[in-house]
Amino acid sequence: MQISGAQMVIEALIAENVNTVFGYPGGAIMNVYDEIYKQDGFEHILTRHEQAAIHAAEGYSKVTGKVGVAMITSGPGFTNAVTGLADAYMDSIPMVVISGQVPMSLIGTDGFQEIDAVGISRSCTKHNYLVTDAKDLPRVLKEAFYIASSGRPGPVHVDIPKDVTAQIEEFVYPETVSIPTYKPHTKGNKRQIKKAIDAIASAKRPLFYLGGGIINSNAADEVRKLVKMTGIPAVETFMARGTLHHEDPLLISMLGMHGSYAANMAMSETDMVIALGARFDDRVTGKLSEFAKHAGVIHVDIDPASISKLVNADYPIVGDIKGVVLEMIELAKEKIDAESYTPWLETVEHFDKLHPLQYFEDTDRLKPQWCIERVGELLGDDANISTDVGQHQMWTAQFYPFSRPRQFISSGGLGTMGFGFPAALGVKRGAMDKVSINFTGDGSILMNIQELMTAVEKKLPVINIILNNNYLGMVRQWQTLFYDKRHAETDLSVQPDFVMLAQSFGGVGYVVRTKDEFDAALKDAIEKNVVALIDVKVERLENVLPMVPSGGSLFNMMLLEQKKES
Amino acid sequence: MADERRVISVIVANEASVLSRIAGLFSARGYNVVSLTVAPIPDTEYSRFTIVTKGSVRVIEQITKQLHKLIPVLRVSETEEMIEKEMVMVKFPITENLSDISVLSNAYNGKIANVGTDTIVVMVADEPKRVEHFLTAIKRYHPIEIVRGGTVAVER
Ligand SMILES: Cc1ncc(C[n+]2csc(CCOP(=O)(O)OP(=O)(O)O)c2C)c(N)n1
Ligand SMILES: [Mg+2]
Repeated sequence: MQISGAQMVIEALIAENVNTVFGYPGGAIMNVYDEIYKQDGFEHILTRHEQAAIHAAEGYSKVTGKVGVAMITSGPGFTNAVTGLADAYMDSIPMVVISGQVPMSLIGTDGFQEIDAVGISRSCTKHNYLVTDAKDLPRVLKEAFYIASSGRPGPVHVDIPKDVTAQIEEFVYPETVSIPTYKPHTKGNKRQIKKAIDAIASAKRPLFYLGGGIINSNAADEVRKLVKMTGIPAVETFMARGTLHHEDPLLISMLGMHGSYAANMAMSETDMVIALGARFDDRVTGKLSEFAKHAGVIHVDIDPASISKLVNADYPIVGDIKGVVLEMIELAKEKIDAESYTPWLETVEHFDKLHPLQYFEDTDRLKPQWCIERVGELLGDDANISTDVGQHQMWTAQFYPFSRPRQFISSGGLGTMGFGFPAALGVKRGAMDKVSINFTGDGSILMNIQELMTAVEKKLPVINIILNNNYLGMVRQWQTLFYDKRHAETDLSVQPDFVMLAQSFGGVGYVVRTKDEFDAALKDAIEKNVVALIDVKVERLENVLPMVPSGGSLFNMMLLEQKKES
Repeated sequence: MADERRVISVIVANEASVLSRIAGLFSARGYNVVSLTVAPIPDTEYSRFTIVTKGSVRVIEQITKQLHKLIPVLRVSETEEMIEKEMVMVKFPITENLSDISVLSNAYNGKIANVGTDTIVVMVADEPKRVEHFLTAIKRYHPIEIVRGGTVAVER
């Protein structure tokens, strides 16, 4: 069939089973939007900023496991989207982002709204294309979806000049992809897996170090099984929250800069780290030379470049986690005796008793951690949880009772304030049957507040719980601890009226100071079923603890001091 | 960890953007480039990059892995078993001792490439180390311009 480049884009998206596209139109992409107008194969959600379109597509992808799709125009449309691309790249989120470009004849002339988009996106995408001929479009789009979702997933950017979207060519969407230079490893080496299992069997204090790769690989069920049958305790990274059920007796907690005492001590004491889809990020390891110093390292990852990048792996296994874990399960049946780790489990339990993850309700104001736990009690599994970036984000990772993978959606690698609300819109769109909660801060929420309009228009009733400490709290915490309390530019005493703000867009708003008000607001917001801002006035000077100061060793934590009765 | 000099040979699909992908990778991750050459491989859709770099064992390993991650990269080889050659051209004033220069360039696998009214150009192609020696040896003949071609290499 002879169709235009713009029509090819639509046909390709439909062929890829895309049912939601987030985007924002403009000059260079108008031909494609004209075709969007005419089609009914998918829904287009107009966000109110391109950054939000990308974050929404990320949230949608994370909750559904599908490739997220976003569409933007050239120049400022594209540059607005760059933060989202970088965010998706850092967190390995499969995405296809299509941007318009000035016509071919204007490329390189500093034309109106021209920017070297592929030049910019090169360093923050898994791959990118500038399509110079509509004949290439079917192949490029097919490849884009394949590259985004295979191997270590990531965003792929496709830049299409306006005249290419108008060009009419024969269209046949390819059924298969053949890229001779791209063949991701997926099957782990059997001999290596066997060696790893032998190493685990002879270890006394082995520890599972579970990373976000497990969730990308949809391998949580298999990992749950492996953990259970081996009886080996596990720590989760921030990105892996929800891999194990929060009640799993072998789950210690999150590790890292704001990990629990027990998780960080277990990592410091283990003699065999079993890293599954984790990448030894500096926020996890602390000082590298002291990290798991006495341990052998088994590292399973789909990305060979992640292995031995920071910590040398004694047993490197390149492959998809799911397949490798299934093989491990088979081998572990004979070789691993779950009873043998009892003394090690007792040690871990002792760590946990010594300094459990906790907080004290010792001030008049509500504690942010209480709010998070309370939502967990009231909604638990019925909610998907996204966050912005800051203290509230770390408390959510610490205190929310996650029960399944893809329940927790947060910006890990890039730490993008403004991620939470638009991501939650995508989460809601991808899982309408769950309540979509966004734990946010009084700083972060203002970084994509315009999305109230998208939420109202598209009936995406995200509940934003603003843990309002009138501070850029996380930065304030560092200033308190490391800059002698010089709180430079972090005091957010001047604030909008969040209730009126929500109402002006057609949403609902609440101010909450007490536990009763909190419960009532949450209940009402769920009933009203429109986008909500719940402005919770929380304790201003609460710190996120434990804390491993940047560059310090994992076992040297600042801990919560037991407040003395006075 | 001491830095080692390594030659990495990379075979890539012929695409417009591939040079910037590779150059971008080196600059973004802070890897050294001592020299970089690129040319198409005859009768194929591929080109070969020969990159000379310096780094610790771990960094060299990362470089090869990161190169491999680039979608258009077909193969990355990094072994010590490489035959290396580099070409260099040097321009001298015609007033220098031409027979000395000619003898020297002969000794380093080279010859006089051009003689003009004011200048003479010689070319030499040899192992990179020997090229260094040559360049030291000719210093006293006041070279006006030195153009190095960068290392090319092939596995033994
Ligand atoms: C876009 C962006 N700018 C700046 C930062 C640095 N930063 C990290 S946390 C934080 C404070 C966030 O404040 P708020 O949203 O109120 O959350 P709180 O820490 O108070 O819970 C800042 C400024 C960031 N992560 N992202
Ligand atoms: Mg705040």
